[in-house]
Amino acid sequence: MFETIIELTYMVGALLIVLGLRKLGSPDTARRGNIEAGIGMGLAILAALIGPMQGASNNYGWILGGMIVGGAIGWVAAKKVKMTAMPQMVSIFNGFGGATAVVLGMVELEHFYSGTAMDGGQLIVTLLALIIGGVSFTGSMLAYLKLDGKVKDKNVTFNGHSILNIILLLVMIAASVYLYMQGRPGGITLAVIVMVISLIYGFSFVAPIGGADMPVVISLLNSFTGLSAAAAGLIYGNLVMIVGGIFVGAAGTILTVLMCNAMNRSLLNVIIGGFGTSAAAGAKSGTDGQIVKEIGLNDLAIQLYYSDSVIFVPGYGLAVAQAQKALKELDDLLTANGVDVKYAIHPVAGRMPGHMNVLLAEADVPYPKLLDLEEANAAFPATDIVVIVGANDVVNPAAKDDPSSPIYGMPILDVLEAKNVVVIKRSMSPGYAGIQNPLFFHPKNKMLFGDAKAVITKVASEVKDL
Amino acid sequence: MDSIMEFFSSNLQMLYILLFTIILGFEIISKVPTVLHTPLMSGANAISGIVIIGAIILIRHSAPDDYFTLGLGFLGIVMGMINVIGGFAVTDRMLEMFKKKKK
Repeated sequence: MFETIIELTYMVGALLIVLGLRKLGSPDTARRGNIEAGIGMGLAILAALIGPMQGASNNYGWILGGMIVGGAIGWVAAKKVKMTAMPQMVSIFNGFGGATAVVLGMVELEHFYSGTAMDGGQLIVTLLALIIGGVSFTGSMLAYLKLDGKVKDKNVTFNGHSILNIILLLVMIAASVYLYMQGRPGGITLAVIVMVISLIYGFSFVAPIGGADMPVVISLLNSFTGLSAAAAGLIYGNLVMIVGGIFVGAAGTILTVLMCNAMNRSLLNVIIGGFGTSAAAGAKSGTDGQIVKEIGLNDLAIQLYYSDSVIFVPGYGLAVAQAQKALKELDDLLTANGVDVKYAIHPVAGRMPGHMNVLLAEADVPYPKLLDLEEANAAFPATDIVVIVGANDVVNPAAKDDPSSPIYGMPILDVLEAKNVVVIKRSMSPGYAGIQNPLFFHPKNKMLFGDAKAVITKVASEVKDL
Repeated sequence: MDSIMEFFSSNLQMLYILLFTIILGFEIISKVPTVLHTPLMSGANAISGIVIIGAIILIRHSAPDDYFTLGLGFLGIVMGMINVIGGFAVTDRMLEMFKKKKK
């Protein structure tokens, strides 16, 4: 009787998780979906806590202690984090999920080598949980460090890095297969070595991937953590873990594919990397001696004020400068004067999927003002002025007309279709991908150098004075 | 090889569920508007913390004096819980912002 109730609780938990995740896919139901998934998770955890277990000594003190400590840390971190630091936070959380799978895999293997029975299939899934979790853990941690600016791409990568990665991957797989074939005589030492290799590989595989590719990496790591959770679920024959893990794996994979498509690159291409390194040298030379036109704060304010339609193109620079609220103020001033203000959002603008949407939502920009790639490109020809705030590669016309460019073929925002273009940027340095942007030298374009937040605040006050 | 076959035959139901879940997962999530990419990612991220259940089972089964298992299991629970609570809380914070401006 009690056992059945527990099983049903697990089932309702799994159902809520699935339905919740489904609701997360639609703006009207998203928040409820998240709460439902949370309740489902709570039910599943409850069932795991009180479900009958033959001869278990329970050790509730350890469990509850861990839950309180982890729960408190997670809660405080989630409440304190700034919206601009969201990609980092999600990365850390994700890494911890992977780390849990590593711990489970390692402990189960230790039990196996000290005599606990385990069949071949279980050994495989245990190794999978260990390896995938390990890659996800260190990969996410490095992604966090990179996103937070604590680690620069150049410091952790070197020529031939992808060769090292392939070797690591092969060694990791070979060692795991060997462990599996050996069964018990394989020994815990080798298992520890496999774990260490997986941790090194996670770090090393994220190392050469540049900042502009971060949305892909984050989605991919997310999917890995889900898969490691599903593998751990197979160890214990726990259906909720399998269902939850697989769904996360699917969500992560879908986002990964979406992000890759938005850049017109294959996943392999992103992982092998070298995006910035090979490109920078070749493309730079072509732009020497070209003229860049600048525009003053006052001129821009006047132009904006007297135009009919304005489209802002936000990018990672907006997040770095935390300029979203300043931008919204400028938007309000212009809108009050009858200017039609919109925002063009490229799918890979920023450092995680949907990054710009989150920032603009924080600044209370209404959802209908956000145009996606197709809508924006359709709207540009009728737009008086496009202001690019901290975006670069997503508006680089080289993607359209320069076959030698590393981003050739990537769908971009066609800002040159608009009547005027202004780029707000700190300096002339190339974008995160390290590619020079011919847009800056285009006769239609004017530059306004400075920190995005400072510049926009000043433009807004100029507009106010008009 | 035999042990793999044995695993298959004794876990057939599990494998069915696994396969159907994979397909269902892709079907349910396939169409997501850009505005929800981040919440979907961080919501899914929170769900991946479900791995904590494994850590709970691990500790419950452990002998009270097996400090290796208890210690690592404790670590697993702490990290898993950070993933779960942090993930859901952060997602809710984000979605709250999306909701606010609709009015």
